[in-house]
Amino acid sequence: MSADALLAVHGLVAGYGAAPVLHAIDLSVPPGAIVAVVGANGAGKTTLLRTLSGMLRPAAGRIVLDGEDLRGVPVEQLVRRGLAHVPEGRGVVGELTVDENLRLGGLWRRDRADAARALDEVYQLFEPLARRRRHLGHQLSGGERQMLALGRALVGRPRLLLLDEPSLGLAPLVVAQIMALLRRLRDSTGLTVLLVEQNVRSALSVADQGVVMALGRVVAAAPAARLRDDDDLRHAYLGF
Amino acid sequence: MDRFVFLTLDGLSRGSVYAASALALVLIWRAARIVNFAQGAMAVAAAYVAHSVTSATGSYWLGFLAAVVAGLLLGALVDVAVMRLVDHRSPLNPVIVALGLVLLIQAVLGMVYGNEYRPAETPFRRTALSVGGVAVLSPFDLFVFATIAVVVVGLAWIFTRTAVGLRMRAAAFAPEVSRLLGVNVGGMLTLGWALASGVGALAAMLVVPTELGLHPHAMDLVFVSAFTAAVVGGLDSPPGAVVGGLLVGLLLSYVSGYVGSDLTPLAVLALLLAVLLVRPAGLFAPVAARQV
Ligand SMILES: Nc1ncnc2c1ncn2[C@@H]1O[C@H](COP(=O)(O)OP(=O)(O)O)[C@@H](O)[C@H]1O
Ligand SMILES: [Mg+2]
Repeated sequence: MSADALLAVHGLVAGYGAAPVLHAIDLSVPPGAIVAVVGANGAGKTTLLRTLSGMLRPAAGRIVLDGEDLRGVPVEQLVRRGLAHVPEGRGVVGELTVDENLRLGGLWRRDRADAARALDEVYQLFEPLARRRRHLGHQLSGGERQMLALGRALVGRPRLLLLDEPSLGLAPLVVAQIMALLRRLRDSTGLTVLLVEQNVRSALSVADQGVVMALGRVVAAAPAARLRDDDDLRHAYLGF
Repeated sequence: MDRFVFLTLDGLSRGSVYAASALALVLIWRAARIVNFAQGAMAVAAAYVAHSVTSATGSYWLGFLAAVVAGLLLGALVDVAVMRLVDHRSPLNPVIVALGLVLLIQAVLGMVYGNEYRPAETPFRRTALSVGGVAVLSPFDLFVFATIAVVVVGLAWIFTRTAVGLRMRAAAFAPEVSRLLGVNVGGMLTLGWALASGVGALAAMLVVPTELGLHPHAMDLVFVSAFTAAVVGGLDSPPGAVVGGLLVGLLLSYVSGYVGSDLTPLAVLALLLAVLLVRPAGLFAPVAARQV
């Protein structure tokens, strides 16, 4: 656990009722890294992200973002601290247009000029969105929705991006494009990414570090390449 | 023919008030999934505030302003102090609480002001002007039209053109995602209640003088008409509420003009029943189902 991590999680316990889903999770995300959290369905990956972004209150443990403890910080303040969470299922607002969804991502920002610049950059990054500005969210294809959700997060110029299963329901080619994009964003803007995936192969192919979760615990944490090549681990927890 | 023209214009004038009240109901339905059955009683309370202010200052317009401000504040209060505390898991709970609120507000108004009708002032004459010998609209009717037009256009502008309007819509459609994007969802909900209640108060100011006068129950039938208008429009659709309001106003005017004014309450209920039975989603239900 390095002291200069952008995100450091210590002994995190959280869940939905009396019985915790997460059991003492430790995690560290260095600045500028892509960290993939992989694990089977029900391992607790979504619960982890929801706890990090304040939607679930931890029963114990600490979440430290860039040296600041996030305990008691309301959800709607986290985006102002540089944390963006693209939830599972993407959270595109179907009743709003593409443009409105994107603008929503920058409404909290004081620097209106830069928010407008960020919006333009997102339209340049995602050509299909620029062509569908006036379309409603629910009129988009799965891939376009993922672009919209990602783009909306980027309008806020986050330091840490939490992504929950971006590959869900997308064609392999689209998944590959999104993973490549994450890599490019990291290289060009220094964006830090915590990526949660069941799609272990693509997640580990893009990530620097891998974390394996099973039944609410971290069972392995290592450079992504090492996890890819560790046959025993793959067989035991990842099923391929 | 002259009579038909008169009834049509009169119906549209009344209907515009129903449209504003229905719009207020739709605002709260969209934001909180609550049909605010207390809206009529809240609006009457605001109209009594206007009555007090006008009596004290002698100025109709100060009273008018006070009613709108009182409506805004009462809406915010009802959200923060009442509806926010209600368990929304059963949709019946907020309905019961709203009905309780009606009883409470009407009882308090009765105690403070008495249960008699008080004449309500109008800023303009209510005698119809005639154009080419045909009685058409009164100056007050024109005032009603203009005010409602400003309200409808103003609300449309707020919701579709401003940042706070975008926040309010997002908070209503996707509260969780909105919070993740930094939107103060609770604040937007309170603002929605305030706006809706302010519009309701305005509608009361415009309709009460055209009926029997100010009374704790003065808005009861107007509320039923507004609710019918909102249901006709589909509850989820602001343009639907406006069209629904005008339709209900026309229907009531024709029934009262050609059949008898005693039958107007029955006509409203019959329309409400018919819409609920034949097209419960309203005449303007959006084609696409809700998806996120
Ligand atoms: N809203 C919820 N209420 C109660 N239990 C839940 C809820 N969401 C998830 N769980 C439980 O928490 C565990 C972890 O779920 P989740 O975090 O969604 O896993 P993953 O994202 O890795 O598939 C599962 O056992 C699941 O049944
Ligand atoms: Mg999940």
